[in-house]
Amino acid sequence: MSVLHEVTDTTGLRLDLSSRPPAGYLTAQTSIRAPIPHMAEQPIVSISNLTKTYASGHQALKNINLAIRKGEIFALLGPNGAGKTTLINIVCGIVTATSGTILADGHDISRQYRDARMKIGLVPQELHTDMFETVGATTNLSRGLFGRPPNAAYVEKILRDLSLWDKRKDKINTLSGGMKRRVMIAKALSHEPRILFLDEPTAGVDVELRRDMWNLVRSLRASGVTIILTTHYIDEAEEMADRIGVINHGELILVEEKAALMKKLGQKRMTLQLQQPLQAVPAGLVEWNLALKADGCELEYTFDANAEHGAIAALLRRLDETGVGYKDLNTSQSSLEDIFVGLVSERSIDKQIGGRQAGNKQEAKA
Amino acid sequence: MSASERAPAFNGYAVWAIYKFEVARALRTVWQSLATPVITTSLYFVVFGAAIGSRIHTVDGVSYGAFIVPGLIMLSLFTESIFNASFGIHFPKFTGTIYELLSAPVSAMETVLAYVGAAATKSVVLGTVILATASLFVPLEIRHPFAMLAFLVMTAATFSLFGFIIGIWAENFEQIQIIPMLIVTPLTFLGGAFYSITMLPPAWRTITLFNPVVYLISGFRWSFYGKADVDVGISLAATLGFFGVCLLIVGWIFKTGYRLKT
Ligand SMILES: Nc1ncnc2c1ncn2[C@@H]1O[C@H](COP(=O)(O)OP(=O)(O)O)[C@@H](O)[C@H]1O
Ligand SMILES: [Mg+2]
Repeated sequence: MSVLHEVTDTTGLRLDLSSRPPAGYLTAQTSIRAPIPHMAEQPIVSISNLTKTYASGHQALKNINLAIRKGEIFALLGPNGAGKTTLINIVCGIVTATSGTILADGHDISRQYRDARMKIGLVPQELHTDMFETVGATTNLSRGLFGRPPNAAYVEKILRDLSLWDKRKDKINTLSGGMKRRVMIAKALSHEPRILFLDEPTAGVDVELRRDMWNLVRSLRASGVTIILTTHYIDEAEEMADRIGVINHGELILVEEKAALMKKLGQKRMTLQLQQPLQAVPAGLVEWNLALKADGCELEYTFDANAEHGAIAALLRRLDETGVGYKDLNTSQSSLEDIFVGLVSERSIDKQIGGRQAGNKQEAKA
Repeated sequence: MSASERAPAFNGYAVWAIYKFEVARALRTVWQSLATPVITTSLYFVVFGAAIGSRIHTVDGVSYGAFIVPGLIMLSLFTESIFNASFGIHFPKFTGTIYELLSAPVSAMETVLAYVGAAATKSVVLGTVILATASLFVPLEIRHPFAMLAFLVMTAATFSLFGFIIGIWAENFEQIQIIPMLIVTPLTFLGGAFYSITMLPPAWRTITLFNPVVYLISGFRWSFYGKADVDVGISLAATLGFFGVCLLIVGWIFKTGYRLKT
């Protein structure tokens, strides 16, 4: 295996240096995939009509349909209790679905569970570790569990990549929380999975680990591994993902390319710092729907990111004509947070009004 | 590795990995694990062998000290097998690391083979150590060494399987202790570990025959001295029967995900 010669050149693969193209990471697979994931390819994970009702009677997932593309980073975004962990645990075999079908790399996760599971790695949300075992022993166990023959060189490489090599003989209960999470990642990668699930990977981790983790995720992606992560931090999804799925109350509200989502739903905001505070928005400016902020010292104009720029020029002209002087102006793009809040409230309004935005909704579900 | 790569029908690497992991865990505490039974056995010899043995000289023509050896080994075998196997599977449930086993391409039978195999291995080693300890106190004869070994291995496997079930059923460590303490140890004491049931009054003898442990101890003792309370064929059938029942329960557990999956 090519891993063997890669090990001699581990420095280039270190997480902290991985701004360099991660040529060697899981090299064995790199050759078999196209560099850019495209739609024509069969999905690497396909979920159809998935529902889950827990024994308590709580319906955690409602008719989920989702196709994950090979090689992408997919972020499942939703508030606590939305059903993210349930969804991941079902795909990984930890929770049994109530109904529905799931294929992982073309294998049915229940009927061909061996083929499906060999391809999957999971870093669960909670820190579960074999407290009294060593880092090395627990990583080797994981590799064996997933049906791979022992490979000391490969395991060494994983441990080095995660800055765990020096700790390989340490018992896990002597490690810090951040180190334990690294161990969980090492375990998940030990069997060279093609699909990696990261459930809330950065919840409660320090800045350094968070940075290392993102570097790792990027280098894994570059080697063709598909990554599905859950988060309730929108900036995380925004920073990392190729596509984003929004889940709330067990329903997948929307699945969208990140860029398209930002563009489609993104709002821009222009803030003008006024020379003189205003008591009210001048009558001549009503058509722009301006808001007065900061005790009348700022005027805020919110507009669609796709709107033509003429609107701004017109507004600025009108300000001149009205004699409203400003000393500074800046614009900002709305974050996914704004989009998400918008989406969720839009849907609840939607229900009240009775499908006023039915067109929008259908598009979101498609 | 390619997309078309298929998993093998038997995940031998997993079985071996779990087995090694579990045995290594036992090896780390090997001195504690072995010291306890060796000391206990020696104490039994002092108490039973010396105190009672001075009154009962022979049972069925076997010196009392030698007579109790098979029963003593069985007693340790039962409790240690149950404890090792129940702990082995309960601990991952307790710590949460069971998620990995549940998400691995490992079948129910492979899981059982690995965990029960590791626990049984430890028990067989332990039984052998007790046997060696006993031989320091009394001259031992083993008439049917292969049968002895077979009973040893089968009993270790059966009670490890039983322990595996307890480990999955148990919701805490107290429950793990309950069954060995409340059921298995009393049944062993009442099952002729330290006496021949032929020494009991007829009514008690009949009641005792409902105790399954009688058959296990009797068969094991037969392999030493060629003498038994019940026919050795029945002992063999009882051992295999118990094994079969445990196997069925384990099969059901994995099929339904009982106390494993939500
Ligand atoms: N084992 C369980 N039994 C009953 N309800 C559960 C169980 N696990 C999760 N839930 C419920 O299902 C919903 C989804 O949970 P989860 O998938 O963990 O959400 P998330 O990961 O998005 O925070 C929550 O309301 C949670 O309380
Ligand atoms: Mg969760």
